[in-house]
Amino acid sequence: MAEEKKSRIVPKKYPMPEQNPEERVKNFDEVPIGQDAETIILEAKRCLQCKESPKRKLCKEGCPVEIDIPAFIKQVQEGDFAEAMRIIRKKQNLPAVCGRVCPYENQCEGNCVVGKKNEPVGIGRIERFLADWERNEQKHGKVEPPTSTGKKVAVVGGGPAGLTVAGDLAKLGHKVTVFEALQYSGGVLVYGIPEFRLPKAIVKAEVDYIKKSGVEIKNDYVIGKVETVDDLLEKYDAVFVGTGAGLPNWTNLEGENLNGILSANEFLTRVNLMKAFNFPDYDTPIRVGKRVVTLGGGNVAMDCARTALRLGAEESIILYRRSDVELPARREEIHHAKEEGVRFELLAAPVRYIGDEDGNVKQIEAVRMKLGEPDASGRRRPIKIEGSNFILDCQTVLVAIGQSPNPLVPMTTPSLKTTKWGTIAVDAEGRTSKKGVFAGGDISTGAATVILAMGDGKRAAKTMHKYLMEDPSWPDAEVFEKAAC
Amino acid sequence: MCANVYDIVKAEKLTPDVTRLEIAAPHIAKKAMAGQFVMLTVDEHGERIPLTMADFSPENGTITIAALEIGKTTKKLGTLKAGDSLFSLVGPLGLPTELKNHGTVVCVGGGIGLALMYPVVRALKQAGNQMISIIGAKTKDLLIYEDEIEDVSDELHVCTDDGSKGHHGFVSDVLQKLIDDKRDINVVYAVGPIIMMKVIANLTKPYNIHTVVSLNPIMVDGTGMCGSCRVIIDGETKFGCVDGPEFDGHKVDFENLTARNRRYLAEEEVSLRNFKEAG
Ligand SMILES: Cc1cc2nc3c(=O)[nH]c(=O)nc-3n(C[C@H](O)[C@H](O)[C@H](O)COP(=O)(O)OP(=O)(O)OC[C@H]3O[C@@H](n4cnc5c(N)ncnc54)[C@H](O)[C@@H]3O)c2cc1C
Ligand SMILES: Cc1cc2nc3c(=O)[nH]c(=O)nc-3n(C[C@H](O)[C@H](O)[C@H](O)COP(=O)(O)OP(=O)(O)OC[C@H]3O[C@@H](n4cnc5c(N)ncnc54)[C@H](O)[C@@H]3O)c2cc1C
Ligand code: SF4
Ligand code: SF4
Ligand code: FES
Repeated sequence: MAEEKKSRIVPKKYPMPEQNPEERVKNFDEVPIGQDAETIILEAKRCLQCKESPKRKLCKEGCPVEIDIPAFIKQVQEGDFAEAMRIIRKKQNLPAVCGRVCPYENQCEGNCVVGKKNEPVGIGRIERFLADWERNEQKHGKVEPPTSTGKKVAVVGGGPAGLTVAGDLAKLGHKVTVFEALQYSGGVLVYGIPEFRLPKAIVKAEVDYIKKSGVEIKNDYVIGKVETVDDLLEKYDAVFVGTGAGLPNWTNLEGENLNGILSANEFLTRVNLMKAFNFPDYDTPIRVGKRVVTLGGGNVAMDCARTALRLGAEESIILYRRSDVELPARREEIHHAKEEGVRFELLAAPVRYIGDEDGNVKQIEAVRMKLGEPDASGRRRPIKIEGSNFILDCQTVLVAIGQSPNPLVPMTTPSLKTTKWGTIAVDAEGRTSKKGVFAGGDISTGAATVILAMGDGKRAAKTMHKYLMEDPSWPDAEVFEKAAC
Repeated sequence: MCANVYDIVKAEKLTPDVTRLEIAAPHIAKKAMAGQFVMLTVDEHGERIPLTMADFSPENGTITIAALEIGKTTKKLGTLKAGDSLFSLVGPLGLPTELKNHGTVVCVGGGIGLALMYPVVRALKQAGNQMISIIGAKTKDLLIYEDEIEDVSDELHVCTDDGSKGHHGFVSDVLQKLIDDKRDINVVYAVGPIIMMKVIANLTKPYNIHTVVSLNPIMVDGTGMCGSCRVIIDGETKFGCVDGPEFDGHKVDFENLTARNRRYLAEEEVSLRNFKEAG
């Protein structure tokens, strides 16, 4: 019997059709095209429906929001997509997003038993399929309004963390208002991650779903400017801060303010949020030169380098100071970038920028690196090779070397303790040093992932519910002194 | 008046190229301070542009902006009428003008800068300062906010480039004269074209008169997220939208600002041409 089951395992995921690289670099349409229902059922059938056991970790434990993966896959095996979605929706407020951008290879799929010897079950793509199916068939099930608790909650920031808190608390009957600085909600999902990885129509549909559950979203509200967190506390019973890590880091090298040198945030915001890829139909301009150099090696850098090609750059180069294996981006993104022709200039770091007489960048001076002993993060430390400097001609430089927490809320809420990295200090439940104020997502963890921000949101929502309904006690100040260290 | 948020309550032309709009935005009006700006988007396809609040009324729940129509977005603004609505409006942004009693403050403004200067003069006057205003424009028909500024100033000097009103020449000539006359000046505040602010800053530097300028770098979000607005102050990079827009004029790298503001010239021309062709 066991033998029989093993032999039935299909070793590889059913292939995901994709736009071919030569075509897709000319457009902003989504790269993976999606699979049909039959294929998804076959993919689901690759799952062994493992039983929980203390001896091994399963898919489910790899998911930061603890979706009951075997259960929803079982429904897919039987063709009941609606029931599968119901199981997912219990834990997941943004399934169409996570099914696309979750680093599932390190999470759910990383634990998949099938994946020990073969390719893991394509959990991400099944989730993606179901969410798309639900949206397209308009099976967004009716959202029953729960009985009101009479409590009011303010959420600052409409990214994955804030939207999750909002959705969860609304389901529990609280009156939730989200204050979002930008004109569209979704945080990095709308201003950062490009259209070809995450179509904005999908984000909008997920946001609309959350609105349907009774959440009010006030766009164009910058908390810290139009009102402070302290002001909000006078009108709301609790406040959640999910303002993200939107402050761009710079190299601070000579010449960085030359024209043609942009932060990844400026570049991606112009292109995604303001739709500069449709200029002049949309009014916001963007310009890339013939050769674009992107500094950094994470997801953000891949997004920049790939976007540059789509905007017409002849050459798009990633300059990264470590080697290929240390690239922090998801393998899938690196693979996609390479397929599209992005060139990787590895083990090299910028030294200075050189401009022309009109103040435009024309070259970047870089130096070769080698890898030394592992540093605190466990990655081998890059060391300069003296005298190995070289010059790279370029007309555009995109600085994608990380983001820091948004300082506005901490700056305008003095009683909110922060860490030395500028993140808001929280306890394990998402409480901050200020009674009634909770925080989560990138603002408390530093730049991380969509699903971790959502996980934070889930946890905070639970604690907030308890705080509002049962137990308004608050931890001692020392807890946060420690958290701030 | 019961307008929806972002509804235009009043629209008028101050000169053929300057539009003034009063917009319903009670939450912004309540918090607005002199020197602060808003980011607005006219329609869904529009660009987010920064405009200083030329006035704000917590009582009426409105803010007022005055825009010089130089490109597509400001020209679009110029076509709006009372009853129209904006797509998006965010504010109040930027740090407000430092309001303390310095003693005597000379406010120097030119062109559209006069609209931006008005609330600053008013607020500094309220803060107890002796206010000397020097206002300038190409010709007398382009002088805006003259009466308003006069009302809140202790002394007003008018200049026109063509001599059609007041002093025939530049605002800097008048400031130089005040300095030569040994007038007691504690602070100079300048707002207008970059070249004007630079001239004023260079003028006051040898006399060591603290000089504040209001910079206008190209912005995208206006909330500190992108660095499009970075300016060099005393060799250090600052973000115009959150660290400014007002800075110590003696420390500003005006060459860099001028170069950076020309970044999208080619695209801006395309936009403007298309807009004109579309009528
Ligand atoms: C280009 C890019 C690509 C990425 N790719 C991936 C990926 O493939 N997979 C993945 O899992 N993760 C990815 N990430 C990371 C992921 O997007 C973030 O970790 C996640 O969005 C964090 O969610 P958040 O809710 O904490 O913050 P954010 O998404 O940053 O949202 C914060 C929101 O708060 C708003 N805000 C800020 N300040 C204020 C204020 N004062 N008042 C009101 N509103 C305010 C902001 O406008 C924003 O909408 C990527 C990030 C970037 C930048
Ligand atoms: C803090 C601040 C306050 C301002 N207040 C006023 C005001 O009260 N009244 C007024 O008339 N103007 C003001 N400006 C300038 C105004 O923002 C620009 O004139 C406007 O953005 C031009 O847009 P456009 O599409 O009409 O012209 P475009 O043809 O796009 O541009 C014309 C010129 O305006 C500048 N500019 C273009 N886009 C931007 C942008 N996104 N942000 C800033 N500058 C840009 C550039 O120097 C450009 O060369 C202010 C600017 C700043 C930074
Ligand atoms: S949310 Fe992410 S980690 Fe969880 S099951 Fe879905 S793809 Fe996997
Ligand atoms: S670990 Fe893999 S095979 Fe096992 S239940 Fe989860 S998805 Fe299915
Ligand atoms: S305009 Fe984006 S940081 Fe100032």
